[in-house]
Amino acid sequence: MDFLNPVINGFAVVLEPSNLLYCLIGVVIGMLIGVLPGLGPAATIAILLPLTYNVEPVTAIIMLAGIFYGAQYGGTITSVLLRLPGEASSVVTVFDGYQMAKQGKAGTALGLASIGSFIGGTAAIIGLTFLAPIVASFALDFGPAEYSALALLGILLVATISNGAKTKALIAAAVGLLLATVGRDIFTGESRFTFGNLELADGIDFVPIAMGVFGLGEILYNLEERHRAAKAPSKVTNVWPSRTDLKQASGAIARGSVLGFFLGILPGGGATIASMASYAMEKKRAKQPERFGKGAPEGVAGPETANNAAATSSFIPLLTLGIPANATMALMFGALLIQGVTPGPQLVEQDPELFWGVVNSMYIGNILLLIMSLPLVGIFVKILRVRAAILAPVTALITLLGAYTINNSMFDVTLVVVFGIVGYLMKKFGFEPGPLVLAFVLGSLLESSLRRSLLVFGGDPTGFLTRPISATLLLVFVLVAVLPGIRTVLAKRKTVPVGQPVTTKIKEKV
Amino acid sequence: MIQVTATPAVPAGGGRHPAAPSGGDAPDTPADDRLEDLTPEQLAAQWEDEKPPAAGALANAASSLVVVGVGTGALVLSVVMGLGTPAAPQPGLWPFMISCVMVVLGLFQLIIGRHNRDAEKFTRMSLAPLTGLVTLAAMVALMPVIGFELPALVLCVIWMRFLGGETWRSTVLVSAIVVAAFYAIFVLALNTSIPHLF
Repeated sequence: MDFLNPVINGFAVVLEPSNLLYCLIGVVIGMLIGVLPGLGPAATIAILLPLTYNVEPVTAIIMLAGIFYGAQYGGTITSVLLRLPGEASSVVTVFDGYQMAKQGKAGTALGLASIGSFIGGTAAIIGLTFLAPIVASFALDFGPAEYSALALLGILLVATISNGAKTKALIAAAVGLLLATVGRDIFTGESRFTFGNLELADGIDFVPIAMGVFGLGEILYNLEERHRAAKAPSKVTNVWPSRTDLKQASGAIARGSVLGFFLGILPGGGATIASMASYAMEKKRAKQPERFGKGAPEGVAGPETANNAAATSSFIPLLTLGIPANATMALMFGALLIQGVTPGPQLVEQDPELFWGVVNSMYIGNILLLIMSLPLVGIFVKILRVRAAILAPVTALITLLGAYTINNSMFDVTLVVVFGIVGYLMKKFGFEPGPLVLAFVLGSLLESSLRRSLLVFGGDPTGFLTRPISATLLLVFVLVAVLPGIRTVLAKRKTVPVGQPVTTKIKEKV
Repeated sequence: MIQVTATPAVPAGGGRHPAAPSGGDAPDTPADDRLEDLTPEQLAAQWEDEKPPAAGALANAASSLVVVGVGTGALVLSVVMGLGTPAAPQPGLWPFMISCVMVVLGLFQLIIGRHNRDAEKFTRMSLAPLTGLVTLAAMVALMPVIGFELPALVLCVIWMRFLGGETWRSTVLVSAIVVAAFYAIFVLALNTSIPHLF
């Protein structure tokens, strides 16, 4: 039972009052931003990064993790009651959740979603508990060559699986890598891209970039969105689903847990893709697929389970390989680096308290969220009345003042505003900000392991192919990079271009 | 008033609507009763219609050119830093590799992505973020001089009254409370060194 000792010690870490408190704060914030459309979990985590400076690493990550999976619970509420998805991962819940609400079963829909989320989340934590140490022990032998290949593959996967244009996502990733080179070169000590600016000599901090691109960029972008009147939510009663409802949804919950768990592990996967995949799967499996879109309980239970399972399992690549699987995990990675902790395979062994503390805190967080989303759901429904017009300046001020507190310098605040502009323009022009931040986080790791392995190979790049693991990873890299291109070329040959988009009358201010 | 942000992951304007309006705003459809009975497909299509109009080829070309420009600049600077050899790399080698990739991707995007419809047009609504940005920049400039309180108050008033359409009464009331709360948290409770007037 040696294996279980650190797991149990992890519970001791979680039960420390300060950790419990931060877990509660995290899940409450997560629930709130899930309910309030506007800021997603990534933006919120970015904005709140300065808060984590003065606490223990484990406490910080417990809170940030709580925000992430808490948002998955909260996003459901607006989907069901208002037909406005609070989070991208709750979009598919709208289809059946809102119909259920119209049939007077809003409570049932919310109840099923919470129970599904709880089961999915908990199942994924158990999976994480057993799978993570295995992955970590496998990765312990990884040298710089494997790490270069893994980091390259991670960046490519996140860029290609993200929504929107793949080339643009890759460009964003390249910009992120380039930004990571600003400052002193770790090998030669020479300054790069600093243009004589002393403030840039140590490189650009991760926090201002994340706060700017994710946080402020998102706030500015939201200012432009059309305001749409939301109806006052109907009163939610009877959140406890009946036995028949539960029975009907149990299969969806079970399948959603497994599907979400595995999709969450994959780089570029995550809660949004998992929820969509689960909805598609449930509809395909159903005996009467026409019920979907008209209030099928499986259409709510499946996706909501899957998004929570995926949110939890996406911690596996971060905590075991040191490779963030999505943009939110890149923020966690950055938060850990700030704390002087480098996530990687050695984390389970060297810092078991942090590892198991974070993992086990998720049990507590999920229980807290279940309580908040079943008996206390009425409180969060009331919060729906808070207007975006009031929230926007508050979040903007939190961002600016928070950025100042990092180093007590106005330079960081200026950087946040500059990257806020970058983030806004990226969103306007269809560039995903996620790959930029992810590539920035992995940039220095990638450069140093690449250069180290080249030193080992005596400058011969084919050396990467002599090691089985790095060769395999690079092969997958090439496949992922080339296959979509080939597919489009083939598809284009088949179809004759008809009706090219009209491109006249362009008067943009660029 | 609630904003929709997490609309489904579809490109702006949408490829399925090649004849999307190329000028002016998309119709502002309120969520009224006749839209209550939409199927998922109709709902997704409605979300798509409500997105800002897609930008044209000029915007795509411009963004690609910016990428190519930045990439070329970085490329030149990397070469100046010195490349070295793979066995004995100089500081410029890694940035050189990235900027090469960037230039290639930018050129690729310039040609292939000409007709992509994932960029959004700047409309009259874009004045809101611009105004927001000006207030933020003003706040950054003024904070070291006169402290954060007054700029923050002005920022709140502008964002709530003019960008958010709140009433004057709630604007003034909420702004005052917000600034007081920030003062209490950052100055009184956390004792941070944020420049403050009072």
